[in-house]
This record gives sequence, structure tokens and C-alpha cells, in this order.
Amino acid sequence: MTAIVVLMLLFLIVCAVAVCLTRDLLTSVVIYMSFSLIMSVVWITLESPDLAITEAAVGAGITSLLFFLTLKKIHAIDARNEVRRRHAQQKQDKGGASGNA
Amino acid sequence: MREKPEGLLKWAHAFSAFMNAGDERLDNDLVFSQVRDADQDVYEADSYEQEWAEHEQEEKQEVIERLERWRALKGYRAARRAYALLCVTICMIMIVVLLYTVGSLPAYGDPNHPINNEVSARYIEKGLQETGAVNIVTGMILDYRAFDTLGESTVLFTGAMVVLFLLRADAQSHKYSALAQTMKDSPHSETFYEPHRDVILQKTAMILVPVVLIFGVYVVLNGHLSPGGGFSGGAIMGAGLMLYVTAFGFASIRRFFTYKTYQFVVLIALLTYAMSKCYSFYTGANHIESIIPLGTPGAILSSGLILVLNICVGFVVTCTMYAFYAMFRKGEM
Amino acid sequence: MGALIDRLLVNYESTASVILFCIGFSTLLMNNNLIKKIIGMDIMDASVYLFLACQGYIKGRTAPIIVDGIQSVEKYINPIPAGLVLTGIVVSVSVTALMLALSIRLYYRYHTLNLDEIIALAGKEEV
Repeated sequence: MTAIVVLMLLFLIVCAVAVCLTRDLLTSVVIYMSFSLIMSVVWITLESPDLAITEAAVGAGITSLLFFLTLKKIHAIDARNEVRRRHAQQKQDKGGASGNA
Repeated sequence: MREKPEGLLKWAHAFSAFMNAGDERLDNDLVFSQVRDADQDVYEADSYEQEWAEHEQEEKQEVIERLERWRALKGYRAARRAYALLCVTICMIMIVVLLYTVGSLPAYGDPNHPINNEVSARYIEKGLQETGAVNIVTGMILDYRAFDTLGESTVLFTGAMVVLFLLRADAQSHKYSALAQTMKDSPHSETFYEPHRDVILQKTAMILVPVVLIFGVYVVLNGHLSPGGGFSGGAIMGAGLMLYVTAFGFASIRRFFTYKTYQFVVLIALLTYAMSKCYSFYTGANHIESIIPLGTPGAILSSGLILVLNICVGFVVTCTMYAFYAMFRKGEM
Repeated sequence: MGALIDRLLVNYESTASVILFCIGFSTLLMNNNLIKKIIGMDIMDASVYLFLACQGYIKGRTAPIIVDGIQSVEKYINPIPAGLVLTGIVVSVSVTALMLALSIRLYYRYHTLNLDEIIALAGKEEV
């Protein structure tokens, strides 16, 4: 039993280091999700099933979902700015062309 | 010799072109042309917005150039490296100090640890008689320390409110700007990446959502008998609602859950909690005394007010989690 | 030194939580990206909860749920740290959501998540 717990704690440390070192945001969020899942198993080995249920629902579920939604929102903002920028560019080109004519 | 990599490259290009061909939603040019054709007039009218966008773009470009110049400096790299070194040093010092402290802690799993004092003994020995809850942790957080839990529910409510303030403003801005309105309706808006009538997701959700919701209700109602309680059950129910919204969209959840429902439910739950807490202060602030009999330990209808408080906390947490999701996803409920 | 290492190996859960805390703190310090900083903060949260909960654990005893009607201190672990951590986990979600909402607002305003660039843009605005 102790060996399994030590293994899980080592996994937690590896996950934390991996979050620190990965460049991709989505990857680090997924790694954080697995961190939370292992954490909920560690709560069971510490004889705290209340904490295990809460951590599985809240840490691995809802927090990760909020991270994913944030990343998605940021991509949507990017896309919108791109459309806006292109429109401004095109308008400028058109205005320049008509001015010359 | 040089033929081979080029051939591979050509195949890779062909493959990526093939992969992108089906996914024309991601093609910026196509989207842009659609937007341009449909909304030319709106764009014409919205010159202020456009000027602002241009100005913003120029400003950002300038700052980015400045940053790049700054980064190209020799000193920048040295400073960056020195900063990283400083961070590592601070963390190393902290780790040594903390590990030294851990070395002088009592052994792990020791029954004579000073944390196991008369308070926890009292909770274990008298908890069942005084609170009626079989699960001592629930009895503790909702009876002896109920004031603390009221504060925590208020923190959740306040957090949801602040997220509402922060993310709701952009939903409102659609009303005042024609361009923003166009962007909202255009194929490249924020709702663009959401699944539209995804059959697999909908069928799976149809099976899973009732199970998840019923499990959440079970965890809330059995909070005083088994592991769980308002917080975990509420989070599970919130997750069920999120799955429902993801599969069926906001239009279908608005039939039974709107912003008004949210306000009403959270207000009633927090007020019920606060009223019972006031009553407890009135009767001496020992723990929540109630006229409700404690009942047989182990039955669902036992442990007096704890069941009611669990349901209140469950509602607050469910609504808060759903509110977080709706705010992050759409900016409105 | 040898005695200290022995103590650390006996208290292995506390040792792991201390190491996790420091990793989370260095993630917070060394990354410029706001999302990374928030994840580092969450790891620090989790390590503090682990430290608290492992103090209340007692070897050979079970979770504090009375099933056989036995109400002896000798049978159950300490319920107090579990109660405190339960409160903390839910509050930390609220804090994370708040920080993510603030990052989204910053992204709307400055179109970047990099803290250096945000500070540069914000400093330019003040002048």
C-alpha cells in the first residue's frame, strides 16, 4: 500500500514539473486534469472519501472545464480580431483605390 | 538523394490540403468573404468601431516591435537568465527551510500527534448524539462549524457575481455596436466552434444526464449518512447541467433555468441558511438547535437541520457551477 | 543529516506536499503566461490541502463515518482537517474562476496572455 501511495505522490510531482515545462497551454491543462484525478485517489488512501468525491467532481471536472472554456474563448477572440483586421485592411485598400481614381 | 524529402513534403502538403478541404469553417478567407458580402452596409455605418480597431492594431504593433527590440538587446537575455536563477534559488531556499520544518514534525500516522486533541475526540464521541449525523465530517461542517460554511457559500455566491460582472459586459456591448452584433451573428463568432446537433453527443447526453443528476441528488440527500454532502453533490449536479447545455444548447435549458431562476434559487437557499444560523445565535450559538427531532441515526430523515442545510448548500453550489460555465461559454445565462 | 532524511522518509506525504508547493511556486514565478500562473497557483492549493489532510491521518483507522455504532476515538481518523480541506477545495474553484475571468478581460483589452506585454501595453496607456 505504501509503495502505491509513494508511486502516486511521485506521479503528482512529475505532473507538476510537466505543467511547468510544457509550452502548449492545452497540454498543460490536460496534465493538470490528470493531476487532480490522481489527487482524488490520494484522498481515498488518506481515508477521506468526502474529499475524494469533491476533488473528482470539482478539481478534475469543473476547474479543467473552465480552463478549456477560457482557451476556447481566447481563440474566438483571436478569430474575431482577424476578421476585423482584414475588413479594415480591405476598406483601406478600397478607399485608397477610389481616391486615386 | 534529394528527391525523397521533397516527395514526402509534397505528400504532406497534399494530405494537409485534403484534411483542410472538409473543414472549410476554419478557412478565414471564406468566412471573411461571407461576412463581407452579407454585412457590407453595417460595416459602412460603423466607422468609429473600425477606426478604433485600426488604432488599436497600430498601437499593438508598435508595442510588439518595442518588445522585440527590447528582447534583441543583450541585456535582456542576461536579465531573463538572472531572473530564472533567482527564482530557482528562492525555491531552493524555501524547499530547504520547509523540509527542515517537516523533519521536526511528528511521525506520519502517529496517534499521539498534537492535532488529535480533545476537540476531535469530542466530535467523534458526542457527534452522533448532538447532531444526529452518521458522517462526522458533515456533522462538523454543517453543525459545529456551520457559520464557517455560511461564509463559504457566500464566497461562492460573490465569486459567481464577480464573474458575472466581468464577463457580462461584452454580452451587453452587442446592443450598442452594430459591428459587435454582426460579429455575434457571423459564422466566425464565439458560438461558432460549438457543436450543432451533434448526434453522438446528444444520444450520450440523453443517457448520461439523468444518471448524473440523480447521482448528484443522492449524494446531497445522503450527505449525513455517507461520504458527500452539499458541496460534492452540488458540483456533480452542476456538471450534469453543463453536459445538458453542451449537448442541447442554451435554448433548451432556458425552458427551466434562466437568470431569474438562478437568482431566486440562490437567494432562497442562502436566506434559509442565514435564518437558521441567526436562530442558532439567538439560542446561545452553541450549535444549531432546532425543534426538528434528530430521528434515528442512519435514516434519511434524520439529523434535524443538517439535511435542510445540505440541500441549501447543494442548490447554491449547483447554481454557481452552472453560472460559471454559462458565463465563460456565452457571457449570459 | 541522516536523521533528517530518515524523518523526511517517515513523513513522506508531508515531504511530497512541500516539494509540490515549491514546484507550484516556481511555476508561478518562472512562466510569463497567465494561464500557466493560474495552474501553478492551483498546484500550490492542492499541496497545502495534502499537507493539512495528511496531518489528520492515523495509521490503521478508518474514515469518520459511524457504521457499527462504535463511537470510540481509537477507531476513526481526525475529522477536523478533512472538514477544513473540504471547505477549501470548493473556495479554490471560485478563486480559479475569478482569475480566469480576469485573464479573459485582459485578453479582450490587450490581445495577449503574456504578462510582459500586458505590463508594457498598460504602461503605455498611462503615459
